[in-house]
This record gives sequence, structure tokens and C-alpha cells, in this order.
Amino acid sequence: MKTKILLAAATAGVMFAGSVLASTLDDVRARGKLNCIINTGLAGFAAPDDKGNWTGFDVDFCKAVAAATLGDASKVNYTTATGKTRFTKLAAGEGEILSRNTTWTFSRDVDLSQTFVGVSYYDGQGFMAPKALGVKSAKELDGASVCIQTGTTTELNLAEFFSANNISYNAVPIETNSEAQELYKAGRCDVYTTDASGLYSTRASMPVPSDHIIFDEIISKEPLGPVVRHGDDQWADIVAWTLKAMMAGEELNITSSNVKSLAGKDNKNKEINRLLGKDPLQGLSKLGLSADWAVNIISQVGNYAEVFEKNLGMSTPLKIARGANQLYRDGGLFYIPPIK
Amino acid sequence: MSFLNNIWRNEKSREIIIQIVVLICIGWFLSWLIMNVNANFKALGKDISFEFLFIPAGYDINQYLIDYNNRDSHLRAGIVGLLNTGLVAFFGIILATFLGVTIGIIRLSKNWLASKIAYWYVEFTRNVPILLHILLWHGIIINVLPHPKKAINIADVSFLSNRGFYIPKPLTENGIELVYLFFVIGIIFSILFLKYSKKKQDLIGVQYPVFWINLSVIICLPLIAFFVSGMPISLEIPVLKGFNFRGGMYMSPELAALTFALGIYTAAFIAEIVRAGILAVDKGQREAAESIGLRPSKVMNLVVLPQARRVIIPPLTSQYLNLTKNSSLAIAIGYMDLVATLGGISLNQTGREMETMVIVMLIYLCVSLSISALMNWYNNRVKLVGR
Repeated sequence: MKTKILLAAATAGVMFAGSVLASTLDDVRARGKLNCIINTGLAGFAAPDDKGNWTGFDVDFCKAVAAATLGDASKVNYTTATGKTRFTKLAAGEGEILSRNTTWTFSRDVDLSQTFVGVSYYDGQGFMAPKALGVKSAKELDGASVCIQTGTTTELNLAEFFSANNISYNAVPIETNSEAQELYKAGRCDVYTTDASGLYSTRASMPVPSDHIIFDEIISKEPLGPVVRHGDDQWADIVAWTLKAMMAGEELNITSSNVKSLAGKDNKNKEINRLLGKDPLQGLSKLGLSADWAVNIISQVGNYAEVFEKNLGMSTPLKIARGANQLYRDGGLFYIPPIK
Repeated sequence: MSFLNNIWRNEKSREIIIQIVVLICIGWFLSWLIMNVNANFKALGKDISFEFLFIPAGYDINQYLIDYNNRDSHLRAGIVGLLNTGLVAFFGIILATFLGVTIGIIRLSKNWLASKIAYWYVEFTRNVPILLHILLWHGIIINVLPHPKKAINIADVSFLSNRGFYIPKPLTENGIELVYLFFVIGIIFSILFLKYSKKKQDLIGVQYPVFWINLSVIICLPLIAFFVSGMPISLEIPVLKGFNFRGGMYMSPELAALTFALGIYTAAFIAEIVRAGILAVDKGQREAAESIGLRPSKVMNLVVLPQARRVIIPPLTSQYLNLTKNSSLAIAIGYMDLVATLGGISLNQTGREMETMVIVMLIYLCVSLSISALMNWYNNRVKLVGR
């Protein structure tokens, strides 16, 4: 009797577990929509616009993957996650991609059984303070109250930075960016620290952005990028090459406005032909993608430069310079493997 | 067959069979749950391990009752968090009990205004979710109180600002042992005197002002010792240095907000429990007490409250438990309690959500059961002895 029950339980457990192993691409295609985990609200990266549609750099990446796999960038369901819940939500299958300015670290990659497919934004932790405070460097912050967002790498960076410089601080841990902003505004903290991109975003949403300065010094490396679950290499490749296709688009001067005409003719640069499906790209069928995957990405979402400028660039309130986030030929860190 | 039939017909054996079946069902369900978790964890490539408890936590905690720095283990970080939970629960329970009993009594006052104010307090407070109370108090404290540079100065030794309430910290020097010794002697004397005066009252009906005598003994004895041994306590006074006050002791805005919110919210429930308890005491008891000439305060303290206590204690216990468990909402304002340390940052840094959550749940269970046990012991002491 007892063994029977255990057997039944084991079978039920294995059957339940079995569903996790199905191909992620098949799941997405069957559903007709991509589930994407994004930030609860960070201007420029993932924030609802005045019509309630999610927009931003991380959101556009979700759209690019939807364009590549489903042919339609609008077929995305968004799930929000805090810094604390994001990995659990990804592991539990609430989304196929975690596109939420997530730092790539060794233990997150290895110990948490997830795959970082590439870097979409090179960031670093910085500090923001009111100009009136009269402080210009983080090393002058001895004894300061520091607002930090919990559930991120910032806590560890902060602890290491302050003990390395032998100065003390008083940490005020906050769950979300918007709450941290309220406390910073109320003067509960002297400075606010998070990734520099987040600081630019926060400053842009202050009543008077020019009253606050962001220190030049960056105390950590924060390579941010999309994350997928371990165990489905096909899906990891799709997400990785979606990102690379956007960067390749910039390198090859393919933009959302000229991609259709370039795709229709035979280009001298054969790499353009291969990317846009004019010439065959060996192995594409193994990814399960159609020949026009990159055309869909670039025409519906844009190349990397377009997405960056639209969400974060100088024409936006965030005014973030490209810095490290440009192609190697322009002095940045993006070096894309050949599309061959 | 008829044998089985007989077993089923027999009331006693039928009861046993039903209980066994239910037990098997529950056991089956639990084992299914556990195996399901295991199978899914395996499929995700995760294992269950508690080794992370012993690696350095790496993050700082802004309030610690035992020594802690970011090189200590996750386990120690969890203990620091647990102590912070205990601290806020302790303050909260004291505030809630004091406020609740007072308001419960005022609510029954014959004074129309006083009773209406207590009524509105109860209705207004207990019908607003606790999380809003916490956010409201925190918002008030950090927005209304001034920046440290413009802190409210109390006699140059204490300062009130939106970074907390700073008071001088007593530092002990050589010779302090004498003060401690006399403090203990004072307490021992008080206990003996309490017993003596009780006996005396039982014998010949004399009443000593026990409270005032004991209080002055407990205060005066150590005070005399303090002066005799050459004042071996110095004060570390907080001073504004750089961004914040340094030195002294301080209560953070988060701890204050949480204590106020938990205390004031729970007090509304306790007030109703106290009111119900007092009303449950037979009217004749009060009238009898009044008729033998006891003053109103004596009527309340000697006759009504001791009887009301029996009705009050069991529901009061669950309010204490609620308060302790509600303190886990501390994370909303960044107070580093158990949920924020072990169940928050440690969880996130190590990715061990199953393990940390199981530990946190077990700890809350243990804390709640201990409070229950304590209150049950007290309840057994005050309850009506059956004859």
C-alpha cells in the first residue's frame, strides 16, 4: 500500500517536472506570445508610458526576441519583478527571458542555474547626491546615510567599497527604485547609490534634475544583460543572437528605415545578405528561426543604436552618453562575432 | 465479510478506521509535495543545501544588537535580524498593552467625550491596514522632522532629526560593580518587603505604601552607591560630525515608525478585548466593592481587573502573536528584521529561496509557540481554580 502511494507520488512529481524540459521555443510558439520579466519601473529601461504601454531599453529587447521568434514585436506579455523576486520568477517559468538590467556575476551564472547570454549594457555602480551637499567624491562620504536598493549586487559593492576605504556609512535598504527615490527626496539619506544607468533614470524623474549630481567615480563593474534558464541551448542561442543581430545592424548600418530595401536587393557586403536572409546562413534552421528573423528585429524594433538613442540617449531626459556601450570601432566594448 | 461488516458497524472501530484513512491521506499529500519539490529542483539543476549559512554575508546591517560586520556569516546576519525582530516586537508589545488597556478602560468611562474619543480611536485605527500605518508613521517621521544639521536640540545632549533620535550613551567605568550590587540588593529587599507586607495585611489588615517604598529603595540604593564610588558612569554625548550625529545611542526612524505603527494598531484590538473583559465581570462585583467603600481605582485594580484578566488573556495572546508576525512588514520601510536579512538579502545573494524561507518560517513558528507557551503559563496562574 505504502509503496504504491510513493510510486504514484513519484510519477506525479516526474510528470510535473517533465513539462519543464519541453523546448522553450515550442512553448512560446504554441502560446503565440513571449513572456518577458522586466523591471517594476525604471525610466528609460522599463516604464509604462502615458497610454500604459511598457517602453524602454529592456522592453525593446523583449520585443526584439518576439520579432525574431514570432515575427511580431508586439506579441509580448510583460511580468514585473523586483530585484529580489526576479530569479525566482525566471526559475519558476513565469517568463522565458529576464530582461531587467541584471548584472552578470559568477555565482548568478553558475550557482543559480541560469544562463547569461550576453551584455546589452555595460554599467557600473555610482552615487548621486544633492548639489547642496557639496560633496564630489564617494570617498568624502564618511558617516553618510546611503539609500540602497536591496536584492542587487549594490549591497555587496557598497560594503566592499566602504571597508576598502576605511570609512563608515549607514545603509538604508529599500525594496524598489521609486521608494528609494521618495526617501532620498525626503532627506532620509545623504546619497543614493545604484547602477549609474539607474541614477540617470532617477535623476531624470526628479522635480529639478539639475539640483543633483552623479559622481564621476564608478565603484564596480556591472555588465547588464538578458538571462534565460539553464538547459535549453537552442533558446539561449536565439536570445544571444537576437542581441548580436541588433548590434550587427548598427555595425553594418542597417536601420529600421533602410532594412526593407537592403533585404530586397543583393548587397556588395555579403554579411548584410546573410543577416537579412538574402544568402543562406548555415544553421539558422537549427535555431528554428525563419530567414527574415533579423529583418523583423531591425524593422520592428531597430538596431542597437536606434534602441539606445530612443530610450536612453541625448534626446531623452536621461541623456546617457554611449561611452562603453558602442561598437569597438567607435571606442566601445561591443565586438560582434562574424555572421557566417 | 461479516467480520469486516462488524468492524464498520462498531462505532469505536469505525472512528479509528476513519482516522487512519485521513492520516494516510495527509501523509500521502505531504510526501507528494516534498517529492514534487525535489523533482522540480532536480529538473532545474538545483539542490537543497544549507552550506550557504556559513559563508560570509558580505552586506552591512544598519542596526545590530550583537557585534556584526560584513565578513560575518549569513547565519549571524540572520540572528542579527531575529534580534531586531525581537526588539521591535518587545517595544511594540509594551506600547500596545499600555495604550490598549488605558483606552479600553477610557472607552467605558462615564465621561461622554472621553469615551467617544476612545471609540473613534479604536474604529479608525483597526480599520486601516497595518502596512499603511507603518508607511504613514515612517513618512511623518522622515518628512516632518528636520535634517540632522537643523536637528531639534534637547538640552545639548539629545537630538531629534529625520535620521533618528540620539541620546547620550552611558559608559561604565571602574567601581560600577558596587552600583550593580546595590541594585540587586534593592530588588531582593523589595521582594521580601512585598511578601512581608502582604502577610501583615492578611494578619492585621495594615497596608503599607509598598509601591512607593520599593520604588525609592530600588532607585536610592544604587544612587547612593553611585555617589559613594565616585560617579563611575560617564556619558557619551552625540555630536554632529559630517553628515550625521556620531556617538551616543540612537533609535532609527524605521524602528520608531514600526514601534508606533505596530503598537498603535494592535492597541485598538487590545482596547476592545479589555473592554469586553471588564464588561464580562458581573455588575454586582463592582457594586459590592463600591459598597464596602473602595475608591474607584481600587475597585478597578483589586476587584474588576483580576477577574477580567481571565477573559482577556487568551485573546490578548493572539494579539501579541499578531504583532510579532506583523513586524515582518518591516521590509517596507527598510528596517532590517529577520525577513529583510535572512529572508531578503541573504536569499537574494545566495539564491537559496527554499532553504531561507523554510528557516524563516520555522523561526517564526518557534517564536510564536514560545509566546503562546508563556501566555498559557500566565493564563493558568490567573484562571479560576476549579473546585
